[in-house]
Amino acid sequence: MTHPYPPSPPLPDEEHARTLLRHMLLIRRFEEKCAELYTQEKIRGFLHLYIGEEAVAAGSIPLLGPDDSVVATYREHGQALVRGVPATNVMAEMYGKIEGCARGRGGSMHIFDAETRFFGGNAIVGGGIPIAVGLALAARRERSLGDSPDELRVTACFFGDGAMAEGEFHESMNLAALWHLPVLFCCENNLYAMGTPLDVAHSETELALRAASYGMPSWTVDGMDVLAVEDATRRAIEAIRGGGGPHFLEFRTYRFRAHSMFDPELYRAKEEVEKWKERDPISLLASRMREADMLDDAGMEELEAEVEAEVEEAVRFSEEGSWEPVEELTRFVYSESDVDGGQSP
Amino acid sequence: MTATYRAAVREAIREAIIRDERVFLMGEDVGRYGGCYAVSKGLLEEFGEDRIRDTPLSESGFVGAGIGAALGGMRPIVEVMTVNFSLLALDQIVNNAATLLHMSGGAFNVPIVIRMATGGGRQVAAQHSRSLEGWYAHIPGLKILTPATLEDARGMLWTALQDPDPVLIFEHVLLYNMEGDLAEDAGAVQIDRAAIRREGRDVSVITYGGSLHKALEAADRLAEDGVSAEVLDLRTLRPLDTEAILQTVARTNRAVIVDEAWRSGSISAEISARITEGAFYHLDAPVARVCGEEVPTPYPKHLEDAALPQVDDIVQAVRSILPGTEGGGS
Repeated sequence: MTHPYPPSPPLPDEEHARTLLRHMLLIRRFEEKCAELYTQEKIRGFLHLYIGEEAVAAGSIPLLGPDDSVVATYREHGQALVRGVPATNVMAEMYGKIEGCARGRGGSMHIFDAETRFFGGNAIVGGGIPIAVGLALAARRERSLGDSPDELRVTACFFGDGAMAEGEFHESMNLAALWHLPVLFCCENNLYAMGTPLDVAHSETELALRAASYGMPSWTVDGMDVLAVEDATRRAIEAIRGGGGPHFLEFRTYRFRAHSMFDPELYRAKEEVEKWKERDPISLLASRMREADMLDDAGMEELEAEVEAEVEEAVRFSEEGSWEPVEELTRFVYSESDVDGGQSP
Repeated sequence: MTATYRAAVREAIREAIIRDERVFLMGEDVGRYGGCYAVSKGLLEEFGEDRIRDTPLSESGFVGAGIGAALGGMRPIVEVMTVNFSLLALDQIVNNAATLLHMSGGAFNVPIVIRMATGGGRQVAAQHSRSLEGWYAHIPGLKILTPATLEDARGMLWTALQDPDPVLIFEHVLLYNMEGDLAEDAGAVQIDRAAIRREGRDVSVITYGGSLHKALEAADRLAEDGVSAEVLDLRTLRPLDTEAILQTVARTNRAVIVDEAWRSGSISAEISARITEGAFYHLDAPVARVCGEEVPTPYPKHLEDAALPQVDDIVQAVRSILPGTEGGGS
């Protein structure tokens, strides 16, 4: 498959390359397990898999610091895992168990975690984008209040190509640019809004061009190449943190699986899917590592074993988890204490 | 001292901004223009752009940004010009503000206050005259305030800002010019309970917001004929002060509910249902309702007047359920 990107950045050192590979592999194996658990009816509701798109989360999120924030979509297991939400709690959430990161109340589409500043999991397409703008507004405002982190917080906001047709996208881009806010807009362009192809939904399919119209630095990135993702994200975060205002990255990627577990995939050809699988982000990195003698069969097996153990532990944890008592049904409609609420800045 | 409702709201915003550095006001034309209803006039000059933030016409965007800022530790007051335009922000209010706490299993609360003007009576036709506060009161996770007096206009905002969860404040457009006495030291008021604005024996008129003053006027007229009407100001539509509603009905045995909004599927229907559930055996007559006519509010004055509850309508509704009338029982 031809692609218009600049040459891939050089491989990082072995340890770092291994971490990138491990993150992608963790997402892949975790989600393959989810699909299996879904057929066993352990996981119910909607389940949207990220398989094929792993390089985007793995290449971007680990570059954020602990004081930064993440706003994601309903296809967010990968983001949560690499942000450091324990796989056990993510899986328990999908089981609907009380040990889940949202006590099981959100499920697959609503992963939340205060500790890692993971602000969801939003199942309304585009609905999280204004929230990211607000988090960035708070991040800027807290600088003048005194008790903020040393560095300007960055909010990374993930959304798909479909969200770029929403009014909330336009409003948020305008606000962020107008107010020069520290937001990193990460568009995961997987070419389909559920089943509607990009060119059936957008009059301008060069999405970075649209973002640039807000006066925002905007780049198109090979979303299958984790090193390209990392390189672009690193530059963008540095610029934002240095006061450069919002940046937009379009990650061109592809989901190998159906939109959700209900999708018969009538809208795309198997050949197209197969073609994209030739650029599987995990294989791409693994082969480069092999060529550079950073990885061999034994190393790969070791990695697979580590990841499998983590996934198995998540399943065990979830299986052993407990159901929230029905008596607690109406909790968390309103806050339970009279404390001056909200997250501390 | 003499004050207007508008000035009372402005003073409440000033106080909040001075007392809490996390508070800021954001909305369309709140700064340079001074607020569509002149509520925030002069505040930009006093506090600067970080605290009084003009926004573009992006209701969903800036309400959502308010939610994000609240999640990020701030205490935003977001002004949506009118309830009519809040429909453009419904996704953020309902799907995010009202839902995040529950959906996150208690991890993230949203301490945002959203203010907006509501109601009709200014001949600005259907798209500027709606009363949708009852709609919002349908949504668990929100608190819905409807200040009808100067004290509440002055005092509800600070209490709402102390609330860890999203609070929507509906200010009736016809109240902004209302003038009256307001104590120099007027301050925060509770937002949990209804208030009896006039005591009475024969009938309970249950209402809120702009209709309160029509209800009080109707009660004056009824008093001239020896009918003693109690007027209950709900103040808060969610959570509803059911206890106060049932208590007043238990005292007077008759209830008339007055609400500018349409009656079908409305807060007036909810109040009526709660009376039926909780005070049925106290009732000497069917519950009566005076609501907006079920049409989009028309522009010409005579038709608009006919579409909205008027004092005469309230007086008539009360009379229709008094003893000795067809609907009034014994």
